[in-house]
Parts: sequence; C-alpha cells; structure tokens
Amino acid sequence: MNGKVPEKSFLALGQREEVGDLLKEYPLSASEEDEEDDDGERKHRKLLETIGSLDGKNRQRLAERSEASLQVSEFNVSTEGTGEKLELAELLASIKPSSSLGTVKKQLKKVKNKKTVELPLSKEENERIHREAAYSKTSQDMGKWDPVVLKNRSAPQLVFPLEQEQVLDTPIEEVLGGWKARTPLEQEIFNLLHKNKQPLTDPLLTPVEKASLKAMSLEEAKQRRAELQKARALQSYYEARARREKKIKSKKFHKVLKKRKAKKILKQFEELQKVNPTAALEELEKMEKARMEERMSLKHQNSGKWAKSKAIMAKYDLEARKAMQEQLTKNRELTQKLQVPSESEHDEDAEEDGGLIPDIVNEVQMSIEGPNPWMQKNRGVNTKASPIQKKPIASEESEPEEEEKAGAEEDTLLQEVEERRSLWKGSEVDQGSLQKGSEVDQRSQKQEYRTKALRRTKEDEEVLAELRTLSKHINEKDEKMKQEEEEHVSSAPASPSKPSIQREEQSLLDERPERVQTMEALEMLGMEEVSQEQKQLGPGVERQQQSSQTEQRSPPKVQQEPMIDLHTIITVKTHKANPSLSVPTIVDEEDCDEEVAQKQIIKEAFAGDDVIADFQKEKLEVEKASKPKDIDLSLPGWGQWGGPGLVISAKKRRRFLIKAPKAAPRKDKRLPNVVISEKRNIQAAAHQVNMLPFPFTHQYQFEDTIKTPVGTTWNTQRAFQKLTAPRVVTKPGHIIEPIKEKDVESALSHLGSPTLQRTRPQHAHHRRKAL
Amino acid sequence: MEAAPKPGSGARVKAQGKKQKPRRYWEGETDGASLLPSNPFTAPAPTRGIKRKGEDHPQPRGAKVSKRAKQIQAFKSKQNQKHQRLKKDLRPNHKHELRPSQTLSGAQDPFPGPAPVSENAVNKFRRGSSKLVKKHPLKLATEHKLKAAADEEEETSVRAARAELLLSEEPGFLEGEDGEDTATICQSEIVEAVDIASAAKHFDLNLYQFGPYRINYSRTGRHLALGGRRGHVATFDWITKKLMCEINVMEAVRDIRFLHSETLFAVAQKRWLHVYDNQGIELHCVRRCDRVTRLEFLPFHFLLATASETGFLTYLDVSVGKIVASLAARAGRLDVMTQNPHNAVIHLGHSNGTVSLWCPAMKEPLVKILCHRGGVRAVAVDSSGTYMATSGLDHQVKIFDLRGKYQPLTSRALPQGAGHLAFSQRGLLAGGMGDVVNIWRGQGQGSFPSLDQPYLTHRLRGHVHSLQFCPFEDVLGAGHSRGFTSILVPGAGEPNFDGLESNPYRSRKQRQEWEVKALMEKIPAELIDLDPRNLGEIDVISLEQKKKERIERLGFDPEAKAPFQPKQKKKGRSSTANVVKRKTKVKDQEHREKVRQSLQQHQEQKHQGQQQKKKKKLKPPQSTGPRPSALDRFKR
Repeated sequence: MNGKVPEKSFLALGQREEVGDLLKEYPLSASEEDEEDDDGERKHRKLLETIGSLDGKNRQRLAERSEASLQVSEFNVSTEGTGEKLELAELLASIKPSSSLGTVKKQLKKVKNKKTVELPLSKEENERIHREAAYSKTSQDMGKWDPVVLKNRSAPQLVFPLEQEQVLDTPIEEVLGGWKARTPLEQEIFNLLHKNKQPLTDPLLTPVEKASLKAMSLEEAKQRRAELQKARALQSYYEARARREKKIKSKKFHKVLKKRKAKKILKQFEELQKVNPTAALEELEKMEKARMEERMSLKHQNSGKWAKSKAIMAKYDLEARKAMQEQLTKNRELTQKLQVPSESEHDEDAEEDGGLIPDIVNEVQMSIEGPNPWMQKNRGVNTKASPIQKKPIASEESEPEEEEKAGAEEDTLLQEVEERRSLWKGSEVDQGSLQKGSEVDQRSQKQEYRTKALRRTKEDEEVLAELRTLSKHINEKDEKMKQEEEEHVSSAPASPSKPSIQREEQSLLDERPERVQTMEALEMLGMEEVSQEQKQLGPGVERQQQSSQTEQRSPPKVQQEPMIDLHTIITVKTHKANPSLSVPTIVDEEDCDEEVAQKQIIKEAFAGDDVIADFQKEKLEVEKASKPKDIDLSLPGWGQWGGPGLVISAKKRRRFLIKAPKAAPRKDKRLPNVVISEKRNIQAAAHQVNMLPFPFTHQYQFEDTIKTPVGTTWNTQRAFQKLTAPRVVTKPGHIIEPIKEKDVESALSHLGSPTLQRTRPQHAHHRRKAL
Repeated sequence: MEAAPKPGSGARVKAQGKKQKPRRYWEGETDGASLLPSNPFTAPAPTRGIKRKGEDHPQPRGAKVSKRAKQIQAFKSKQNQKHQRLKKDLRPNHKHELRPSQTLSGAQDPFPGPAPVSENAVNKFRRGSSKLVKKHPLKLATEHKLKAAADEEEETSVRAARAELLLSEEPGFLEGEDGEDTATICQSEIVEAVDIASAAKHFDLNLYQFGPYRINYSRTGRHLALGGRRGHVATFDWITKKLMCEINVMEAVRDIRFLHSETLFAVAQKRWLHVYDNQGIELHCVRRCDRVTRLEFLPFHFLLATASETGFLTYLDVSVGKIVASLAARAGRLDVMTQNPHNAVIHLGHSNGTVSLWCPAMKEPLVKILCHRGGVRAVAVDSSGTYMATSGLDHQVKIFDLRGKYQPLTSRALPQGAGHLAFSQRGLLAGGMGDVVNIWRGQGQGSFPSLDQPYLTHRLRGHVHSLQFCPFEDVLGAGHSRGFTSILVPGAGEPNFDGLESNPYRSRKQRQEWEVKALMEKIPAELIDLDPRNLGEIDVISLEQKKKERIERLGFDPEAKAPFQPKQKKKGRSSTANVVKRKTKVKDQEHREKVRQSLQQHQEQKHQGQQQKKKKKLKPPQSTGPRPSALDRFKR
C-alpha cells in the first residue's frame, strides 16, 4: 500500500473505489430492501466480472473485503457511521508518504543490521568479575603500605608514637639570643666573652651546612622532574625504534648496518688511539677477548648447524659458497692474534701450542699442572728415567720390553734424524759444547724409544720424530734445570766446578725456547706440591725421587703417618735436669712423711711396665665395643636336616647376615695414648636447639646469629643495653595513632628520591632567614 | 711491686690528657668524642718495683674488661648527665648541619671522628670466624638477620675493645740483669725491692704442730683456708691477717675448700664431708660423701666435686644440697684431682698413669689419656683450659695440649718428681718437689711454660703438701709440713680484676648482691662438656631424627626439591627419548656445577698453599727480555 503497489492494480483499485463510492452515494434505504440489495450486489459483481473478462486476459483478482464496519479500517476507507462527507482532497492527501514513518524505517533498518544480542552474563560470573576488579584495585591501594610495613617489621626498635615532635624546635642561636645576662656574674662572663670576640649569636656556617641549607626549591624540583620525564620518553622512543629495526628481516639492510657500525668503530678506535692510548689498549683487550671467545666457541667455523647446511649447498650454490667463505674469513679475522704486550698472552701461548704441537711435547708440563693420574704416571716414568740417564750403560738394561719390539727401520730412521739434528747443532754450537751436545743427543735418543707409540708414514714419522726429540730435550732440560736449581738452593756455596758446567749447559741449550725456562721457573714454586702428590701416588716413585732429590723437601706430614708409636709418646725425650738449683733436701722429715715416702718408693719400684700394654688393651676393647655389630638372621635347621651336629653352611650365613653400616672414624683413631668417648651427652643435648628457626636454611646460619652473648658478663653496659633493647617502646602520655596516608607518602619519599628529602632543611633555612 | 690495685686507685682511670682546648660549657659535646669525657681525677702511674718489664699487650679476659667498664661508666654517669641530654637533643635535628669537625661556634675539634681502635684489640673480643660458606644467594630475611647479627658482634666487640682503655694495670715479670738467672734471685731480695704493701704479702706461718697443711684461696683471692692433717682448720683474711675462725675438728683433715664465697667452706675429714661457716660452726655433715680425699669447687655450677678413697667421684650441688651425680671411676683410690676452669671438667689422675676427664652427665670418662709410665701424682690445668701439666711416679713433668689432640708438648725429668703442680692465672707453672718449689714461665702470653729453666725457685722449711697461686695477686701459697708460706712471684696474677665478678675489696653488701646474682646465673650441671660452646650449636642428630620422623609421618619430604619435570612439548617433540634427554641434560648441568664448585675450592686451597710457600721461598731469578712464544722452541 505504500506506493509499491504496481500501477495497474492501483488504477484498478481506484476504479473500484469510484464504483463503490458511486454505489454508496445512493444507498438503498429501508430494511425491507435488504434482500433485494444483496441480490442486486451479487448481480452487479457478476456484471463486473463479466465486464472484466471481456478483454480476454485472465486477470488475477485481488482479494476484496467487503464487510461493513462503522470503524475506519486500515484496509478500507469508509465513512460509515461518521456522518461526515468524505472529501476527495483527504483521500489524495493520504497517498503521500508520511514523515513520521521515516524514523520508524530507520529504526527498523538498524534492527535488521544488528546481530543477535548477547546473553547477559550469569550472576556468578558477573560477581566474579566485579570481585576481581575490586581486588586488583584494593591490592594496588594497599601496595603503597608495603614499604612502610616492611620497614617497621625489620626495624630493630619501634618507638611509639612513630612521628616524634622535635624537642628543640628553635635553633640554638635564637635561644641564646633571647637570653639576657641578668646576674652580675653572668654579665661579667659575657663581658669577658665579648672582649675575646667570641661569636655568640651569629655562628659561622660551614660550607656543608650552607649547602644543606640551600635546598632545592619547588620550581627547581618541577623542572628536574620534567627533564627526567623527557629523557625517559626519549629513551622509550629510541628503544621502540631499535625494536622495529631489529624486526626487519632484510639481510641486506642488516649487512649494511653492520658495515656501517664496523666502520664507525674503526674510526673511533683510530681517534681513540690518538687521544687516549690507554683507552685504546682497553679496546684492544676487548678485541682480544672476542678472539678468545671465538677460539673457545669456534662459532664461525664450519661446525655450526648453519655452516653444515651451507657446506652441503655449497656444491651447487655460488652464494652459499660465498657465505661460507665470508664466515671463514671472519673466523680468521677473529682468531688472528693481536700483538699486544699484555699478560694474558702467556696463557694463550700455552693454549696455542696445545693445538699446534703433538701432545708428547707438552706431556710433562701438563702433568705438572693437572692432577690427571695418567699423566702423573707418565711423569713418574720420566722422573724415573732421569737418574738413569746419568748412567747410560745401566739404562740399556732397564728399558722396558715393549721398546725392544719397535721396528728396526724406525730406529734407523730416528738415527738419521738424530744425525741431522746434531749436524744442525754443530753448525751453531761451539766446539767445546759439541761433545756435551752429542752426549745429550744420545740420551734423548734413548728416551725417545720409550715414548714412541704410534706408527705413521715415513714423512710423518720424520717430522714427528724431530718434534719428539725436541720435546725430550726440553724435558730433559727441565729436569736438568730442576736439579740445578735444587742444588743451587740446597748448597748455595757449592763446589766451584759446578757453575762452569752450568754455564756450559746454558750455552748449549740457549737455542731452546726460553719459554720453558720461565715455565720452569714458575713451576719451581709448585714443585713441592707435585712431589708430595707423587709420594702419595707411588712409593716406588717416591723412593726414586728421594734418592735424586736433596733433603730440602719438607718432611712428611704428621697426619699421613699411620700411627705414632705409643712408647715414643710416653717416653718423650726429656730434658736433663739441671741440678744446681732444684735439689730438694731429702731428710729431716717427721714420721708421717716417712710413711708417705716409703709408700712412694714402693710405688715407684712397681711402676708398671705393663701400663702401656694395659692401656692398649683397654683401648682395643673400647673400640670393639663401639663398633656397630652385624646381625645374623640365619636359623639353624631351617631348610636343612636337623639333628645333632648341625652346621650352618657359610653360604647361608653369608646370605642372612645383615652388615652394619660402617661407623664414622673414631676421634682417637690416630691418637694412641688417648681414648675419647664416642657417647653423646644426651643431657646436654636436651638444652640445645634441635630445630632450625624460620628464615634459616642451614645450621651455621643460625649458629652465627646466636654466637654473640647478650649478658652483662660479656658486654659493656652500653652494648648490653643496646642488645637487650625492647622491640617496641611506647612513650607514656602519648596517643598512638594508626599510620595515616600522608605518613606513608612521606616515608615513600624518604625511601625513594634523595632530592625530595632535602626539602625539610629548607624550612629551617627560611626560619633562620626570618630571624 | 704492686701486686693488686688499691680499692681507690683501682677504679680510677688515667686522664686522657688529649684535649688541648678547654671545652666551653655551651659547646655541648662533640659528636665523635670518645666514649668517656676526660676525667677530672688523675691517678699517678703506679710505681713499679724492681726490674719489671712492661708487656705490650695486657691480656685481660673479656668479662673482666666489660664489667670494669660498666662499673666505671656508672661512676661517670652522674657527671655526664647534662652533656648527655644536650647531645641527645641535638642529634636528630642538626644531623646535617653539625659536622663532627666543626661546632656551632666555629671551634675546631682537634681529634675529629671516633677514637681509633686497633684491630688486634677488637679481634680479641670477636667470637670466632663464621663457619658459614655462602654458596648461593640467601633469602632476604636470612640475609637481613645474618647482617644484623654480624653488626651486633662488630659493635659489641668494638665497644669492649674501647673499654680496654680502662684496664689500668699492666702485668710484668722479673727480669735478670744481662744474663742473670732470675732463679737465683731469692725471696728476700724481692721483698727488699718491692713496696711495703707488697712486701707484707710474703710471710711464713710456723705451724709445726698439726702436720702438713692443705690450703685454699677464695675466688676473690682475699681469704685463705688452712687445713692441717691433724685437725687444725683455720680461715683468715690473709692480707690483713685477720682471723675469721680457727678450730680443731679432732679428726684427720684430707682437704679443705672454700665454697662460692668465703663464708662457707667444706672440709674433707676422715669419715665424712663437713661444711662450716666463717665462724667455724659446722653447718652440714654430708654422709653420702665419705672418706673424701680431694675437693674441688666449680663456682659457676655451684658444684662441689669430691673424690673419695672408695673410687667415687661425687658432685654435690651446694645451692640445693643435692647430689647431682656419683660416678664410679673404677680405678681404685682417687687422690689426684683438679678442675679445668675453662669448661668445668674434672681431671682425675690414676695410679695406672692415666688421667681421665669427667663431667656429671656421663657415666664414663670423656677422655682417658695415658700420661705416665707410673702413677700420676699431680695434675694442673691452666686458666684458659689449653694446657694440662702432669707429674708422675716416673719423675717426669709433662705438659699436654687439651685442644683435641691430647699430645705431650714438653716434658722434663726432675730428680725427685713433682708432687704438686699449680697454674697461675697468667700461665706460670709451680711444681713442688720435696721442700723445693720451682716456678716455670712461658715465652709469651698464651704459650705453655717451658720447663728448661725455672723462673723462680724457693726452698721451704718443710715438705710441700699443697700449692696454689692466689688469684689477682702475685703470690704463691704453699702449705707444707711446718705451716704455710706465701711466696712472691712477680707476674703470676691477673693485674685487673672484674669488680662485679670477683672483687677482692667488696663489702658485705656487695657480696650478698653478688651471691644472689651468681645463684641466678647458675649453670645447670648437665651442661658441663668438653666444649662449652656446644650450647650455641644446633643438635644436629636430633634435628635429623626429627626430620626423618616427619617424613615418615607425612609420607613425603616436604622440603625436598622437586625433581625436574620437563615441559610437555607439542609436535612430537615430547617423545620419551626427548624427555629423557632433557632430564639428563639438567642433571648433568647440576652435576657439572657441583664439580666446578668443588674444583674451585680445591684450587683455592692449592693457591693459598702456594702463596704461603711463595712467601717462604724466594722467587728464583727469571730471565728478562721479550716474552717468548711457544713457537720459539723450534727456532734454529
């Protein structure tokens, strides 16, 4: 009906209405004519139908309602019962779309666009959310009390009321200034003081005092705060930017960035070198550290996951190859050594040669440094060899069997090498020392037989052999040096011939790396320890060493000895009495004394030799008694034939024996003349603390806190008072009020920034100025 | 020679005399001024007798210092009150404005800051180093408590060290003139050289009638009790020679001993143990202690230890009159007994050459030491409880270390052997052999006496029957068969006494006060043990036991660290193998950490050892020149 009806029907409707209207204009009055009327209408409709069907087309008929009603229907417009005439203008007006419907339409559209409205939350959930929100809010509120609470809890003493009013509110000068001399004595004193120009009312202020007086004003504080805020904001921007940049995945970008950075650093470094050499050195050290790290991690070598994958790719991919090469160059760059005369170099050297030189070279030195038993063994062999070297004839026999198994061709090869080596030597070393050199060579040769273990190809063998001989030489020299130094230490004014020999050797071995010498020198300090370790390791070695070494070694510790002889303890070497002074007179005694003396003489006569044996027996018994006993659970006759002569088999007994856990070693284990009771003093233990109080996790922690005695017997009066001060002191006559929020804020500021703390003296300053 | 300070001068302090400017009354007190303001009194330095060598370090016991300090502070407090108040008022307000260097009036403090204290002096009062090894960071609360405890200890020890200033007297020894042997100096020479008061301390009592005398000094050193074998019992103030009582008990007297104060003393008579008061009235007859041979009183526990002929060691609590413990030593007749003043352990000497250590809580000896081939004749323990001197029938005198090892340190054979031994407060050892008394002296404070050379010798008129050094006096008392002799031994006694602990000059009222306090501080008998510090330690065995029981009760260990459980991962990365791998990884990491720590410790120890050796040994000369490289060895 709203104008959307097709035109035709609209027209038809209009016609129909007209017709209807026409019919209505002439209503058939009187009730008797009703029937007639009905018939007439029906006829009329039929007529219309026939007229309508005349045009041939079978039109669809619109439903038509035709009940009579007095009310205005929305479907039919009728004026029945109103008693008014319908005017045409009214009808026309109703066709227009009314403006009030526009809003309704809009609302309808909105409703259409809207999805379905969600269900309201259940009551419980709603409440929960509310609770959560409330909790977080209140906990945030309460959080500000935390520092105060913590402070009060950890404070050694709390004095209530917490904020104390200052007793001396006015400064001392004011008090002094307000005070007038009244009595003649006072006046006299003041006269004297004035005469001496003693400052009374205007005391000098120290710079510190002045500084403290010059507190920060509010404006300043504000300004400062603003600055800080700005700085923080800037920092956050910068950080955000950095994060963004970091997220960029473009490799090219990063490459460029890195290069730029590297250049920058290089430039800076060059500048730094000019300006501040020490700082530059530090930089260098940093680089050195990077090198070390690289060497440790080998991050840029081809061991990483990436590198491996690239290695596979490299065959086919040019780029991958390039990348790998780049990485290797980087590795080289990083691992390249910087020539810095720093102390760390030495250690690195040691590390380096570990990689370069076969293990044999460093064998001995390693053994000295580390407590590796295998190495130690080797070392032991070496040390064993050293005395043998002195007698080359004897050494032949003492060589182990496995050396004889060594192939003859190897021997010849080595011989060759030796010859070559000696030739080299000959060219450098002067004639006098040559003999000695060859001697040394021979020795080294023999040693070499011992150490060789690997078989290699000829060329390898040659190189290695050279290295070995060298290493042997070095070892030998080490020992020589040791011996020399020992001799040097033990017999400083030694025989005059020795220094010359030493010098000879020195000249002979001058070509040898000096490093060994220094190492040796270093190790000389640790020598004693090594020797002791060896003693523990093998008695054979120890004996050998003792024969070779001088007596300067420290005597073995008392603890290492198994047990001191009891007899020696009892009969400790005694001083001879010096008779001149303490000779008591032995006569003129009364009768009772004589008795005593006689008793004593008898006692002395029977003074037991068996005292010691008795004591030992007693001790053994005590030891036996204190040992935990095994439990034998075997039942005789169980699972076997019973009867007389029953014997439990050893196997069974073993099976049913519960072995007692080994007891801790007795305290008097190494004290032959002492028996210490292992029993626990239970009565004393009842007084001890037998639980660990709250914050402590270890007994020593707790014991540390209670070790200081509190009583006056052990402390001065002041210390005692301080130690026993009550945790809470309440001042009489004061109202103790709960902490207020403003107190908390002030406390926070106390804890927080020191700048705000200074506001307090400011007042004093003002006050003073006002004076 | 002044053996002990007079009552007046004892409490005085030497004037500090450091302040150059007189302080004005309005100046208040300088912030960092020393603990005590200067004293108006000045005491002249005590005049020394003959050839006394002042020692650099007076070594008083901690307790003594503190008590002295307390007393003197109390004495000062009245003078101070005004200053104190002013100081207190000034402090909170003007903390920032007043620097210690400058006062309000602009006057300079010539000695700014607190008075310096030497580290050595402070160390003396520290309670030993902590055994605690910090492996990982502790909880905040724990850290806080530990720090508070450390601060407390530091402060108290510093205060105690400061108070050492108040110990006015210094110990000293007799010193021979260039090579002169001090043992040749006889008593008459010493008496001639010292002041009258000290000279009066050398005296002889001629009591030939009632046989050899046992003696005992009271703990303050003021009173002396004599007990003659034939029943003569007497107590008197030996300095003023005022007799308190003198009786004859008409029975053999084996031993006599003062109880906690001089008003009571116990006498071991032929049959029973009797207790008398200072007027000689018999108060108790303890029949459960019969045939007692030796008495020993433990002052802090109020225990009277008696050793009897029947072989029983009985502890009698004299404060309640109960027998605390009666221990059978199972070693025959007991007639050698002494106490260790450090830990109140009783040492008994036996005829089989052993010395056994006893405490009332244990039925068996704590330690048994074989000391001599023959029987033990005398035992003495020094005041620090470090050394024990024994003499046996094999004519030897030995000194043993009591700090856990019980090994002899020195020994010496004497012609007749020493029948009686006694240690002085400062570590001198007296030995009585026949009618001669020898006194030996250590090389320094805290060292045991060397037995090579006697420091002093003295010949008595009769055979020695009892020896004891008088506390706080340079006097050795010797009871012998013909009476009693008091011998002057310079450097024997502790020069400074603790006025609240054992005051020789105390009045009756003070004594009563002290008695009450001492009774209140009485230590239970069962706390006696070899190590008196045990009480400050946790009973680990009970702790473990408790923990075990708790675990049993609960069925799990609530304190156990939960084992590492790897997180569940998705996409098949949480396969069993992977989980196991991750677990082992964590385990290995922990293990590695442990190993690393132990290695570090090991290395540190090694390093320390090396450093010590380095100090001993001089570094051998090194070749100079450029640092060699590892490759140099291949140079041709």
